[in-house]
Amino acid sequence: MAISYIPHTGEDRQAMLAALGIRSVEELFADIPPDLRLQRPLALPPALSEPELVAHLEGLAAANSGAAKVCFLGGGVYDHFIPSVVPYLAGRGEFATAYTPYQPEVSQGTLRAIFEFQTMIAELAGLDVANASMYDGATALAEAAFMAVNIARRERIVVLGGVHPEARQVLETYAGGQNLPVTVVPVDPSRGTTDLKALDEVLAAGDSACVLLQQPNFYGCLEPAPEIVRRAKAAGALAVVSADPVSLGLLEAPGRYGADIVVGDGQSLGLPMAYGGPHFGYLACRGEYVRRLPGRIVGRTLDREGREGYVLTLQTREQHIRRDRATSNICTNHSLMALTATIHLAALGPRGLRRLAEICLHKAHYLAERIEGLPGFRRVFQAPFFKEFAVAYERPDFDPATAALAAGYLVGPDLGRWEPERRGQLLVAVTERRTREEMDGLLAAWGVRE
Amino acid sequence: MAHEVPEGLYYTEEHEWLRVEGEEGVVGITAYAQDQLGDVVFVELPQVGAEYRAKEAFGVVESVKTVSDVYMPVSGRVVAVNGALADRPELVNQDPYGEGWLVRIQILNRDELAGLLDAAAYRQRTS
Repeated sequence: MAISYIPHTGEDRQAMLAALGIRSVEELFADIPPDLRLQRPLALPPALSEPELVAHLEGLAAANSGAAKVCFLGGGVYDHFIPSVVPYLAGRGEFATAYTPYQPEVSQGTLRAIFEFQTMIAELAGLDVANASMYDGATALAEAAFMAVNIARRERIVVLGGVHPEARQVLETYAGGQNLPVTVVPVDPSRGTTDLKALDEVLAAGDSACVLLQQPNFYGCLEPAPEIVRRAKAAGALAVVSADPVSLGLLEAPGRYGADIVVGDGQSLGLPMAYGGPHFGYLACRGEYVRRLPGRIVGRTLDREGREGYVLTLQTREQHIRRDRATSNICTNHSLMALTATIHLAALGPRGLRRLAEICLHKAHYLAERIEGLPGFRRVFQAPFFKEFAVAYERPDFDPATAALAAGYLVGPDLGRWEPERRGQLLVAVTERRTREEMDGLLAAWGVRE
Repeated sequence: MAHEVPEGLYYTEEHEWLRVEGEEGVVGITAYAQDQLGDVVFVELPQVGAEYRAKEAFGVVESVKTVSDVYMPVSGRVVAVNGALADRPELVNQDPYGEGWLVRIQILNRDELAGLLDAAAYRQRTS
């Protein structure tokens, strides 16, 4: 039997057309100019039966080799271990199906979870308040830039060259829509961190709303963040730090060295790589900017009888009444992803997060030192690094990425994807999941030549 | 309930008041307006030196119920803002014509005063 997979029967359609007083679907679309309409049937292959469809999808899935490889990939998505308690609890029906907690009377559990998320993020950032999450690190960075433009009442957005190039693209897309100028400060090519002299030159104009920096930066290098923050603020700009939350287990909270807004991507906190999504972004700021904080915020309060309760707070402004004047158009958050991270952080605890960061640091440094000892290889940048670094191999007769892949190891991405002059320079990330054996295996794939 | 509408002030349809003091004027929102808004929790004020035309929004008053723009009664340049509202926005509720004032302006076009309401006319609009 042929099933069209279209829920309306011919009779349904006739009834709808009759109710509209027209005879055909063509007539319904008459208002759309003909040149905007597709004048031919959609180019679709013939329908498949269910077993055929399953077989087809299994074939596509089998073509993905990534899952079986050992992952040293970096560049913003990391292969961290996810304790089984995390997906187990986050996958519970109460969480997985709950939608927007607009009605606090029946959403206390969800609201409390979000409140705890905000509390943990504020603590990691070293700042007073955090919102209930953003879509991802890149959009959180762009939203932070808008916040800063409104707070500083200046227009220029200064972004450091060490910020992930794709986050910079998102930022430029956002800023372009509002005609806000974006200035990129170059990275010192040998150190891999911000050229402070170039930063000073940009700041000297006195029109910068904010300086956006990433710590560790896109190349894995540790920026002199306190120094950059100090210079930004001396120039009257806000300092926005985008930080890998795992690194905050070890590095000082940016709020403590003066950052006004701290953002980042939360994939490292218990979310699978999943081909790049969904992630969540976090955004924390000083208390005085709470009314500029985009998105939603959960607050804790007491009812008339002194009992604790949780509500969406400060929502009059951006969420409901003044949409036309809102400075952000975010109207939801990645609640389930944020909840997953909350469970992950609770499972690790502060000491666990610190230990995790230490393991990443030590393993990454082990591998980096060994790679530097291999003939032909060098580390591209001299600055200190956390869990990720760039390596180069400059002889044309050997391709490290291909050699690694052949031995079952994924490395990269290749920086040439964003900067053509850096073609052949690979990012290598080492998480706590990578074993000594795996690292030595990668070294063997690069060191032992046929 | 009738709200206090002091004599000698100018009023707008949008519930701002203006007290003229020589070349300058003080702007706030009326007792009626603060009562309609409910508890004021935040007031956003402009920067000193900013210039606005009559009927242009110069700030925001946020209450537990809503968020409202406040508008200039006449064209003016801001010469002072009420800094006390940053920590005590409730002054707008408690003393709308006194300590709850919003901004002091230099009046740029006195002819516009003629377009404003007097106390009697405003009282009639809000009774």
